[in-house]
Amino acid sequence: MVDMRVDLAGVALSNPIVSASGTFGFGREYAKFYALGELGAVSAKGLTLHGRPGNPGPRIAETPSGMLNSVGLQNPGVEGFLRDELPWLKTQGTKIIVNLSAGTVEEFAQMAELLSVDGVDLLEVNISCPNVKCEGLAFGTRPETAAAATEAVKSHTHLPVMVKLSPNVTSIAEIARAVEGAGADAISLINTLLGMRIDLSTRRPILKNNTGGLSGPAVLPVAVRCIHDVYAAVKVPLLGMGGVETGEDAAELMMAGASAVAVGTAILSDPMAPVRIRDELKEFCESHGISEVRSLTGSLEVW
Amino acid sequence: MEYIINAPVTAASAGPVYGVITIESPELAGEASPGQFLHIRCEGYQLRRPISIAGVTGNRLTVIFEIKGKGTRWLSRRKPGDVLDVLGPLGHGFPEAGGKVLLVGGGVGVPPMHFCAQRLKDCDAVLAFRSKDRALLTEEMGALCKAVTVMTDDGSLGEKGFAAQGVAAMLAQDRYEAVFACGPKIMLKTTFEAARTAGVPCWVSLEERMGCGLGACLTCATPIRGADGQKVMKEACKDGPVFRGEEVIWDG
Repeated sequence: MVDMRVDLAGVALSNPIVSASGTFGFGREYAKFYALGELGAVSAKGLTLHGRPGNPGPRIAETPSGMLNSVGLQNPGVEGFLRDELPWLKTQGTKIIVNLSAGTVEEFAQMAELLSVDGVDLLEVNISCPNVKCEGLAFGTRPETAAAATEAVKSHTHLPVMVKLSPNVTSIAEIARAVEGAGADAISLINTLLGMRIDLSTRRPILKNNTGGLSGPAVLPVAVRCIHDVYAAVKVPLLGMGGVETGEDAAELMMAGASAVAVGTAILSDPMAPVRIRDELKEFCESHGISEVRSLTGSLEVW
Repeated sequence: MEYIINAPVTAASAGPVYGVITIESPELAGEASPGQFLHIRCEGYQLRRPISIAGVTGNRLTVIFEIKGKGTRWLSRRKPGDVLDVLGPLGHGFPEAGGKVLLVGGGVGVPPMHFCAQRLKDCDAVLAFRSKDRALLTEEMGALCKAVTVMTDDGSLGEKGFAAQGVAAMLAQDRYEAVFACGPKIMLKTTFEAARTAGVPCWVSLEERMGCGLGACLTCATPIRGADGQKVMKEACKDGPVFRGEEVIWDG
């Protein structure tokens, strides 16, 4: 028997596998295939204060070992989420992470207050979306603004606060230290990497947004390196993500320093991916004589 | 209801333009309706390929696809006895109809019209292709429909011209309950306009680049006119791929 339970900023997860925000909607589409309680937590589709239609299409392009997306935070807004999605989601027997993006510090604070309600377990502050201008990523690329967004959310909620970081920076460890210093209870990483693909017949970018966020197995080694860097720089727990497709990939992110692991792009091709990866992670532990999955976290020894 | 099925390939063939694959699955065959699609995993590629169902016979489903890139090339090389990872049937298809329906297919948009013809009691068809070497299912449609007009851009097969010209001619000759169309967006737009002029309701199947196929990832969102006339984003995979012509924002 392997003890699969992990702790993420005081939130007790039944296992380390979480659905990554943006790849799982609000869970309804996947609850048809398995109980959401099978997952450690669900990170819901990223919200903004008011609903957004997102970017024009095409919004997706395949890449070698991955994909680009430029959805652009299409979402129903805080009010729509609280009215139409949360009442259902909180009855599904899983922990709920709510992901939020905002254009100003005041908006972050307002959203934090509105979302600090029964049923929500953890707030994930998205300061790293590459697909919206003047929002998200703008906060995440400088330590001072990253800290300001964190502080705004932290001071307007009783819930633990996790901050999602972008790899599109010179030093992710520096940003991590800044958000920890501003009170973050956990850090999630990595968001997507900025990329672009061209349709050779039209000489136009495939994505109507021109650029998009790269995800999938291609980014796994970038995630491992970023998690390793950030684990060395901060004390708060990490939710690792980036190209995880198997239980062994999840174990790798945990060894690098993640306490829990989010699965995203893999879900698009395999709806069963989070459950399968959880089972594979358990098998990995069994076959390696590991009795507590949490003992994997940060167990890497560098040369 | 959607299934994730490892379905055996029972027949497969490929030409220079199109691939044809038949799989066996009682679950998928029992559930599928015209206009729906299968989301097929291509080994070594990140995203599934959404492909319209071309027809159902007993427990077997056939898909016909254009060999366009590496993923569909891989798919075109499958052989009987191989197993495909299939998610489906997905999406909202064409409505049921009791009266006569005009089916309009352009190129690789013809296969879902064939599935419609299998299920409809009374239908005619306009089939449009770039040229003779890209024609498909013309004989099969001839057997299922009362009247079929074949058109090509260059006149190498059937009449020379575009689909909408054939649609307008057919609508002038007979009374139809509805027009169902699948093909390039410009063909869908002109077909819808011809149907609107004739006062016949029209449903069109839209094609978008797609991710999950279930409505979760929002990558295939397309602008649609809501009931109040306002633009709303709808998922082509879940809310569509079939929409009423009036709902589509044609230049969005």
